[in-house]
Amino acid sequence: MSRYSALSLLRGALNGQRHWQPAWRDPEPKSYYDVIIIGGGGHGLATAYYLAKVHGLKNIAVLEKGWIGGGNTGRNTTIVRSNYRLEPLHNLFEFGLKLWHGLSDELNYNVMFSPRGAMFLGHSDADMVKLAERGDAMRCDGIDADLLTRDQVAKLEPLLDMSRDARFPIQGGLIQRRGGTARHDAVAWGYARGADSLGVDIIQKCEVTGFVRDGDAVVGVETTRGRIGAGRVGICVAGHSGHVAGLAGLKLPVESQTLQAMVTEGVKPMINSVIMSQSLHCYISQSDKGGVVFGGDPDNWPSYAQRGHPMVMEGAVAQGLALVPALSRLRMVRTWSGVTDMSFDGAPIIGETPVRNLFLNGGWCYGGFKATPASGWTYAHTLATGKPHALNAPFSLDRFERGATIDETGSGPMPNSR
Amino acid sequence: MINFSFDGKVYTAQEGDTLAAALLRNGIGLVGRSFKYHRPRGIMTAGVEEPNALVTVGEGGRTEPNTRATDVFVYEGLVAKSQNRWPNLSFDIGSVFGFAAPALSAGFYYKTFFGSAKKWMFYEYFIRKAAGLGNAPTSSDPDRFSQRAAFCDILVVGAGPAGMQAALEAAESGKRVILVEQDNILGPSLIRDGQEQDADWINAAAARIRAANGLILTRTTASGYWEHDLVTLTQRLSEPGQIPQNNVAQRLWHVRAGQVILATGSIERPMAFAHNDRPGVMLSQAVRSYVRRFGVVPGKRVVIATNNDDAYKTAQALKEAGAQIVAVLDARPAPAGANSGHRVYNNATPLSTKGARHCLKNVSALVDGATLEWDADLLAVSGGFTPVVHLHMQAGGTLDWNADAQAFVPAASRQNVTTIGGAAEPQPIFKMASVAKPKKSFIDFQNDVTLSDVDLAWAEGYRSVEHLKRYTTLGMATDQGKLSNMAALGRLAEKQGVAIPEAGLTTFRPPYTPVTMGLLAGAGAKDAGAHVRRLALYDLHAAKNPIWQPLGYWFRPRAYPISGESLAQAALREAKAVRNNVGMTDVSTLAKFEVSGPDAAAFLEIICATTVSKLAAGRGRYTFMLREDGFVFDDGTVWRLDENRYLLTSSTGGADRMATHISYVRQYLCPHLRVSAVNVQEHYAGIAIAGPKAKAVLTTLIGEEPPRHMSTVPAVIAGVPVIILAASYSGERAFEIYITASVAATVWAACEAEVLHIGGALYGLEAMEFLRIEKGHLVVGGEVDGRMTPHDLALDKMLNKAGGYIGASGLARPALAETGRRQLVGLEALEGDIPEGSMLVSNEGASPQGHVSAAAFRIIEGGSVALGQLVDGFSRHGEILIASSPTRGQKARVRVVAPHFYDHAGERYRD
Amino acid sequence: MMLIPCPHCGPRAQSEFIYERTVDSVVPLDAPTDEAMTKLFTRNNPRGVDDEIWRHTYGCRAWMVVTRHRVTNEISECRAIGPEALP
Repeated sequence: MSRYSALSLLRGALNGQRHWQPAWRDPEPKSYYDVIIIGGGGHGLATAYYLAKVHGLKNIAVLEKGWIGGGNTGRNTTIVRSNYRLEPLHNLFEFGLKLWHGLSDELNYNVMFSPRGAMFLGHSDADMVKLAERGDAMRCDGIDADLLTRDQVAKLEPLLDMSRDARFPIQGGLIQRRGGTARHDAVAWGYARGADSLGVDIIQKCEVTGFVRDGDAVVGVETTRGRIGAGRVGICVAGHSGHVAGLAGLKLPVESQTLQAMVTEGVKPMINSVIMSQSLHCYISQSDKGGVVFGGDPDNWPSYAQRGHPMVMEGAVAQGLALVPALSRLRMVRTWSGVTDMSFDGAPIIGETPVRNLFLNGGWCYGGFKATPASGWTYAHTLATGKPHALNAPFSLDRFERGATIDETGSGPMPNSR
Repeated sequence: MINFSFDGKVYTAQEGDTLAAALLRNGIGLVGRSFKYHRPRGIMTAGVEEPNALVTVGEGGRTEPNTRATDVFVYEGLVAKSQNRWPNLSFDIGSVFGFAAPALSAGFYYKTFFGSAKKWMFYEYFIRKAAGLGNAPTSSDPDRFSQRAAFCDILVVGAGPAGMQAALEAAESGKRVILVEQDNILGPSLIRDGQEQDADWINAAAARIRAANGLILTRTTASGYWEHDLVTLTQRLSEPGQIPQNNVAQRLWHVRAGQVILATGSIERPMAFAHNDRPGVMLSQAVRSYVRRFGVVPGKRVVIATNNDDAYKTAQALKEAGAQIVAVLDARPAPAGANSGHRVYNNATPLSTKGARHCLKNVSALVDGATLEWDADLLAVSGGFTPVVHLHMQAGGTLDWNADAQAFVPAASRQNVTTIGGAAEPQPIFKMASVAKPKKSFIDFQNDVTLSDVDLAWAEGYRSVEHLKRYTTLGMATDQGKLSNMAALGRLAEKQGVAIPEAGLTTFRPPYTPVTMGLLAGAGAKDAGAHVRRLALYDLHAAKNPIWQPLGYWFRPRAYPISGESLAQAALREAKAVRNNVGMTDVSTLAKFEVSGPDAAAFLEIICATTVSKLAAGRGRYTFMLREDGFVFDDGTVWRLDENRYLLTSSTGGADRMATHISYVRQYLCPHLRVSAVNVQEHYAGIAIAGPKAKAVLTTLIGEEPPRHMSTVPAVIAGVPVIILAASYSGERAFEIYITASVAATVWAACEAEVLHIGGALYGLEAMEFLRIEKGHLVVGGEVDGRMTPHDLALDKMLNKAGGYIGASGLARPALAETGRRQLVGLEALEGDIPEGSMLVSNEGASPQGHVSAAAFRIIEGGSVALGQLVDGFSRHGEILIASSPTRGQKARVRVVAPHFYDHAGERYRD
Repeated sequence: MMLIPCPHCGPRAQSEFIYERTVDSVVPLDAPTDEAMTKLFTRNNPRGVDDEIWRHTYGCRAWMVVTRHRVTNEISECRAIGPEALP
């Protein structure tokens, strides 16, 4: 792997940037791998990277049906934070946030992690108490969170509508200063390049079409590029978790829904942080390229369509404009959608399945991107040792039938009520 | 003559000019700067695909950055400014990025700026400042945006000859037709290409369409094609930055069409060669538009480069307009068709351009292997035609490859849509050889992506078309690849050694052209799309000027301060009135369901986790409901009004959810039951009267002894029939009075008069909160947070032993019976105030074992008390903990106690 | 935005409807605990056709089963349920 640096770029300036090698190889699949990861998104690639880096495994493959990073990794709103109320969630995401802070150097790939602050706005006294509760829960577990007064919010984001008679007047906020945004594609590419350099085979255009069974164990996968044997197999396919698990005869606590996002034409800097709201369901940030990135609620019905509902999108824009009226004359240049795997308590699933040697990482709902390093790290631990790490032990698949759900919003088992 | 300004200087335009036409008319070739290298850019097109000539139009809250000069029609007083340059357009410091270009290759930022995240943020600050294009407005939008729904049999998109003909035939065959055209005239391509009589035909056809009740919308873009033939249209009622008539700037249409006909035409492609981005290089059809439609000749000495016949029409138009055609460079090896009369070079492709002071000066080309040069001030290029298939693809269509045109054309669709005209049958072109010198051969002009960037991405392994796009930013500018995608695909296919159709395609996403955010938001921009639910007694409350509290979509009085009281003072006074005397409050927002029929009790014992059937007529009880997973999701009271008629109340916040739940159970799970469950939440307004003197007040009001605790009677107050429920949330003797909402004001007035007469007070939600916390009553959204079982809330003794209620199975799950669960506790401060929402920790720095769900004061004695959730809390009474709020810098030492602080025996609400 | 053929009202815009749950998630009132939890916590979730329960909330308020393709959104059937639909 040729190292990336300012110097190497300058060298390239003299040779027409002709010295660069492919960021990852394009290998033919081997007949057997110790671990096969199904799904070449950020989570799958991070898993492969940490399997090789932390656990020293040599014979790993990532199988991707299309192109790496082409699913939700490349379709999210790039927000990174760990500001969850419940302990198992904020501990897992905080572990990830710590990894984010050193990720560009770790991978020698600039993932543009920008800890510009992730802020929830509060619109009533009740909101402010809820925000304080969340912040206190985080602070007591050593995670940064600060309550902001109305004036502090206005100073951080001068374009917010601070008028007292607004439908949702802004009373203050809760900021996680170490949260922010990252360049989503770069996360997949950086992990891919890192994993490849440690010997991981990243095999694109290779769709898994079935599992090879030996009794109650999985011993390989059938793919569009032939049968491949495996010691352990990890599913890591986000919105398609239900489909792939179904190939192994499993039914999951997951319903796939569409989540839309959108971006405006580029403008000079106008949004400084990541703006979210305790009462509204939109989130706003500005990319380094200048586009204002918007997200809202998922389309609350099952879908694999990767296309959203116009009125859901219009609703998210209405909420965003109510918060930041100056966005009114910007133009939305593109909308897109991802297929989210909505779990039945809103929390992810990382761990064993009832099928021996088959593991699952999914159910990330609309919040998986920020967990990429933590997800990969804990899943790698689980795949390497056959047992969950303490951080992902609470996120077992059997927690639903046992009654140990991790329900951040307390809204119960129906994804569309979340 | 129309006056407008550009970068502060006033110019004149002709009626009907686009800003681009007006700028060219005034000899202005340099209009903008590119995104990355700040290269000088001019006007390249005459349409919505313009990548270069982006300007900021308008002032104040009407400022529209990144407006395509080709897509705004000049109006009197239009103010336009160039963007992304400093200090000015012709001398832009940012153009130093151009000198650094060799180091700033595609994706360079992934390879440098290492170090801590803070360090990246330092670099990022400057990168962000350099990036972006125009500046967003900083003030609110003074205008409105409207939305409209419409239905039609046939929606025709594009008023070119094909679209006009289709709309005409459909309208005259009796179909409801909507015809939309993004331009402000019909048939702009006919004007560009044709003769005088074509304009006459357009006018006649339009008149006939209208006569057949067809709707023609110009300046209207079909921007999105959604499910089941829903098309969104964006209609400009005013130009960017213009003060609109009636305050409405634009209108968004949701059109449900029986059939959609796309006559969207095609977009001309540029050619790739070195310095092909220089002002003075224009698309051939754009040149023809400026000449024919606007009467502007953008150059005097013109070179034309083409791979098809169409550009010869441009040569003809220019010649007629008096320009000199110094050369026609035709990529085709041999002359095609009749002698055009121009100096034509075959087997000729452009190599490079030179310029001076941001103007084109010289064009060089490879002609039969030799390099030739011409001095020229305009280079018109035609690299072929890309059908506008965006809507077809948004509708879920597929594409065929048309080798003659080297273009994708629409194939099958799963929706009811067909494509006609140039979008279906693009003109044939000659496939040009690969560009040998990819440096400075721009394909994505706005984002400064060159062919060599494509080559680099390929070399680095970014080989899928999506990787290419994301790595180089190709196709991600405001034109979304309308000009660049095919050039990139061609290069990628060469690298892969495959035909273009095998190289793959990126997804066509809405919108077709960028859509103003304010238009998408419509009226929702003012209220976030959230309506307000008004109390039936709103006016009576408002007259007292209370502090309002939002509760879902409702607003309820939080307190009624008098003579300068603070919220806390008012709430304490109100709560004391309830404890010592009597108070009344509006409880209209509570969820209410009337359940009747022979199976009503059986139905309620499915919904509620407590018994119901044992209630005698005229009696009521506390009840709670579980979700299917066994967690408590709401609570309330249930009353047997008579034999087969019950009233069920539950929380305000959960009202909509409960209404759906009850309807689902009734309709889906229990269709056989003989029961009716009607949501009467807003049918009844509700008044609660509570306090030691409540009974006396009620006796006066109804003229008889009021019902005993947990009993109900019908009664009449002030001549109005009411239902009286004797129930207490406050812990005092109390009554809830339910009245048909439309006549509730009369009853409220009578109650208020009596309450005030006896020395009582109105109370709001804040006092109610004090009262219920002191009494240890639960609130949904507080103690009942969707994560607590009946056991956790000490409600398990009330569970219906017969089972059969929803949630019984979920409750049987093993983990719900394990130790370590959070349980409801009371908390008493040893000193100080307990912060609401704070964490319960055993000592500083320890991980939380629970939290404070609600905090208040002992109303009479004073002292901070609270309710909370604590791990294994039932067995920890007497323990001392810290209620810690690091975010607020507050903490209090607390003792864990039973979760009630007032009248534990319940003597006060009994007779 | 789909066009849903309400069995009572005819074709109506999707914005008038609310999706409730899938038919395979319905927990019968008399289901034993194990079966109830399996119903509640697992889904077929097919990348294809499934039966879904929708409600015409902002219309006739009736419940219905919509048979829909999850990728193409093609609706092949929409049938009424509830007391009125009993045989």
